[in-house]
Amino acid sequence: MDEIKFNEQADITDQVCPMTFVKAKVSIDELEDGEVLAIRMNDGEPVQNVPRSMKEEGHKILKLHNNQDGTYTLYVRKVEEG
Amino acid sequence: MALTDEQIERYSRHIILKEVGAKGQKKLLNAKVLIIGAGGLGAPAAMYLAAAGVGTIGIADADDVDLSNLQRQIIHSTEDVGKPKVKSARETMERMNPGVKVNTYHMFVDAANIRELIREYDFIIDGTDNFPAKFLINDACVLEKKPFSHAGIIRFKGQLMTYVPGEGPCYRCVFKEPPPKDAVPTCKQAGVIGAMGGVIGSLQAMEAIKYIIGKGELLTGYLLTYDALTMEFRKVGLPRDTRRCAVCGEHPTITEPVDYELNVCEDKI
Repeated sequence: MDEIKFNEQADITDQVCPMTFVKAKVSIDELEDGEVLAIRMNDGEPVQNVPRSMKEEGHKILKLHNNQDGTYTLYVRKVEEG
Repeated sequence: MALTDEQIERYSRHIILKEVGAKGQKKLLNAKVLIIGAGGLGAPAAMYLAAAGVGTIGIADADDVDLSNLQRQIIHSTEDVGKPKVKSARETMERMNPGVKVNTYHMFVDAANIRELIREYDFIIDGTDNFPAKFLINDACVLEKKPFSHAGIIRFKGQLMTYVPGEGPCYRCVFKEPPPKDAVPTCKQAGVIGAMGGVIGSLQAMEAIKYIIGKGELLTGYLLTYDALTMEFRKVGLPRDTRRCAVCGEHPTITEPVDYELNVCEDKI
């Protein structure tokens, strides 16, 4: 199904804004440059905001996968700022 | 060391910031800041640093809380009158953030003890109200190679600058030596608008935080002045006096901190 390999995963389905992004950000901050984080999140507000916020941080969005159960998994490659 | 869920929530508005993130918050949690003077400047600085999660905060002051302090020294409350200021300050900081370690120094900071006192800290905040103490802190920080934030407030005016070793002028490059006695009134004689400590002390906390997280531009090589009546901020560039400065210049004549005589009517640190 998913062919993207990831280094770490985070589940933020139990969070609400802004802690959804905060938790995701703490997880990606722990990674090395170039590593991939898989973030599972609820449909709705998190899917609208978390990918955009990750992009604003300078990270690369690889894929947003619909898990068909009301959740999505976002694959993000960490881009360390220069 | 990973952040706990409680820390992630407490510091979430920091972590959201691109310039801070989990990394910057961890730097704050590992940082040690010393505040000299728990008064008008030190009060807001200490409170913002405690709230920000600066892991170790030292606070030095020999005085007890006086009723006339409460108009501006917001870390102390009416019930604290008579208590050592450092004790009252520690209690407020610990109530705000139990995760912060507060070291108290209930003593006059002088030439004999300042070098050892500042040695274990990463950044020093000068929250004192007299020139002898300001020169003492400057000289000790230059000699110990410690960054510090200088500030002063009087009436409706305030000023601050930041010293980072090797990166700009020290306080003595700019002001040479304390003014003659009675040339400048103390804030006890002249008065000071309470919120001025809030403005300038908070800016000192901001400088400490930026230094710790390593982001942005500091007030190194600049004096920022604020006039509340005209509502003007001015940022004045200051050159380093590498040739002639008595403490940080090429041929320093000051190699140990000095105690200047204090006006009798002045408050000590």
